[in-house]
Amino acid sequence: MTAGILLSSQTRGDWVELSAAGSWTAEYASAIEPQVDAATRGVTARSIAINIARIDYLDTYGAWLIERTLRNWINQGREARLVGLREDYRGLFDKVHVGTQTLSAPPPKANSIVATLESVGRTMATVGTDLMLLAQMLGSLMVAFKRVALRPTTFRFTSMVHQLERVGWRAVPIILLITVLIGAILAQQGIFHFRKFGADIYVIDMVGVLVLREIGVLIVCIMVAGRSGSSYTAELGAMRMREEIDALRTMGFDPIEVLVLPRILALIIAVPILTFLGSMAALYGGGLVSWLYGGIQPEVFLARLREAVTSTTFEVGMIKAPFMALVIGVVACVEGLQVQGSAESLGEKTTNSVVKSIFLVIVLDGVFAMFFASIGM
Amino acid sequence: MANDPVIEVRDLIVELKGNRVLNGVTLDVYRGEILGFVGASGAGKSVLTRTILGLLPKQAGRIDVFGVNLDEAGEMQRQEIERRWGILFQQGALFSSLTVGENIEFPIREYLDVSDRLMTEIAITKLEMVGLKPDVYRKFPSELSGGMIKRVALARALALDPEILFLDEPTSGLDPISAGDFDQLILTLQQVSSMAVFMVTHDLDSLHTICDRIAVLGDGKIIEAGTMDTMLASQHPWLRAYFHGVRARAGMQAAARN
Repeated sequence: MTAGILLSSQTRGDWVELSAAGSWTAEYASAIEPQVDAATRGVTARSIAINIARIDYLDTYGAWLIERTLRNWINQGREARLVGLREDYRGLFDKVHVGTQTLSAPPPKANSIVATLESVGRTMATVGTDLMLLAQMLGSLMVAFKRVALRPTTFRFTSMVHQLERVGWRAVPIILLITVLIGAILAQQGIFHFRKFGADIYVIDMVGVLVLREIGVLIVCIMVAGRSGSSYTAELGAMRMREEIDALRTMGFDPIEVLVLPRILALIIAVPILTFLGSMAALYGGGLVSWLYGGIQPEVFLARLREAVTSTTFEVGMIKAPFMALVIGVVACVEGLQVQGSAESLGEKTTNSVVKSIFLVIVLDGVFAMFFASIGM
Repeated sequence: MANDPVIEVRDLIVELKGNRVLNGVTLDVYRGEILGFVGASGAGKSVLTRTILGLLPKQAGRIDVFGVNLDEAGEMQRQEIERRWGILFQQGALFSSLTVGENIEFPIREYLDVSDRLMTEIAITKLEMVGLKPDVYRKFPSELSGGMIKRVALARALALDPEILFLDEPTSGLDPISAGDFDQLILTLQQVSSMAVFMVTHDLDSLHTICDRIAVLGDGKIIEAGTMDTMLASQHPWLRAYFHGVRARAGMQAAARN
């Protein structure tokens, strides 16, 4: 096969005829296009024909190149026609010929400053809607809770126990591992820096207070948001995509009561337990490092810890846990129920769920810090 | 219609997770024909298609495409073959992050060294050939309806003017009118370019109206291959149930009325 060639002109009466030969196919399109341009540029006649009788192979690419040349001439007010069209290529030429190629101009690019302002505005509006949706979910949750509390037999106990196993029991190993490491790192850093002042022993105060008040519950909540919050969103989102939630609704069930309430209650039970386990593990990790790295004997560590930490310190951490669980659960379920039909939307909402719940957990922690400070805890 | 096969499948054996799905499939697809490929759900139609396309490994047998044994083809040869076939996936499989135009231009950009202007014009020509307006060019797949997605996907499959077109249930999920239009579209495009079309389908109307030949897969083998008349004359119980069932008769009556 040879590439297509457009032979130079040949005058037939008042017509100038260009004849094409060879393969006019996609493979050779890049070679043919400049040839066509070169061959047609020289032609100044008013009436032109392209003879394609000697073309061996033709596909859409070749047909379009010929059609394009003819159209150019016609647009210039000349007479142009196709000769030597074989019967088996007629259909192809008809198809290419009816194409209008009228592509409207691309929409004008928006001013970049305006576009930035617009996107900021839209984000702010979304923040507003998000808060409203959270409040709405909290409200429906209360209503569902009241309904269930009045008729306890309707509560999905099995579902809650199942969720409890998933978000509580199965999360224990990873939570323990991470909190031990965090406790150990805190102690190591503390000893390393405090030693310069000869204040090694105060590492125990730092680890004890920090872990029980703040770090234990925060690390656990961040882990739970990433592990269980995202799975709630993905699950509910997938159920929405498969219309399972609509099915529930049409059968007269409230999805909040059937799906959301057991999940959130399971989180509210699980997160305090995980916080307790995590805090203990972090203290253990801190103690271990103090002993092995800092040379503080375990008995000294425990004795000092008893002085440094009061039951209030522990309570402050534990009180926060169920509220943070509620925030994680509500955000995860709101996002899950927001999923639209497409898989992209599922992915996007899952990411949103994790980012928003971690953000809100930290904000809530700040609010609690102010609250506890003002009541002197 | 030249009688040389573009795809030759010989004694193909494919196992998935220890299950023998295809047990000695032998099938030819000839140049310029539309082959309808049917079989019960779960019989392995998709497995055969995906094996030919190289998406699934085979245990034994050989597959020749354009006379080249796919096992022996080097990377260059393999690319050359892939350039010459186009595939329409069931859900369209358009790249969601690209516009319609970019989707169609994607294979052109990768395989051919043509100017941007020609590429755009070819993409628009393809869009118009599958019956869409040029304005679709700038839209994203998420803005299109199911039928339009199938058409754009067909335009992308046709972007390089393939010699073989694979269609996986092209009319599923379309209403009968759109399905009929789509059948006619495939038929005219096939006549225009004289490519071979390998069509997995359940649509009896498509089988009646546009398929030159039909191959039936059952029990991991090709039970029967031939024209509609062969199918109707066959005594195989599954074929009788398929082509003489209530829906088949209704389809045939409709085809006869046309």
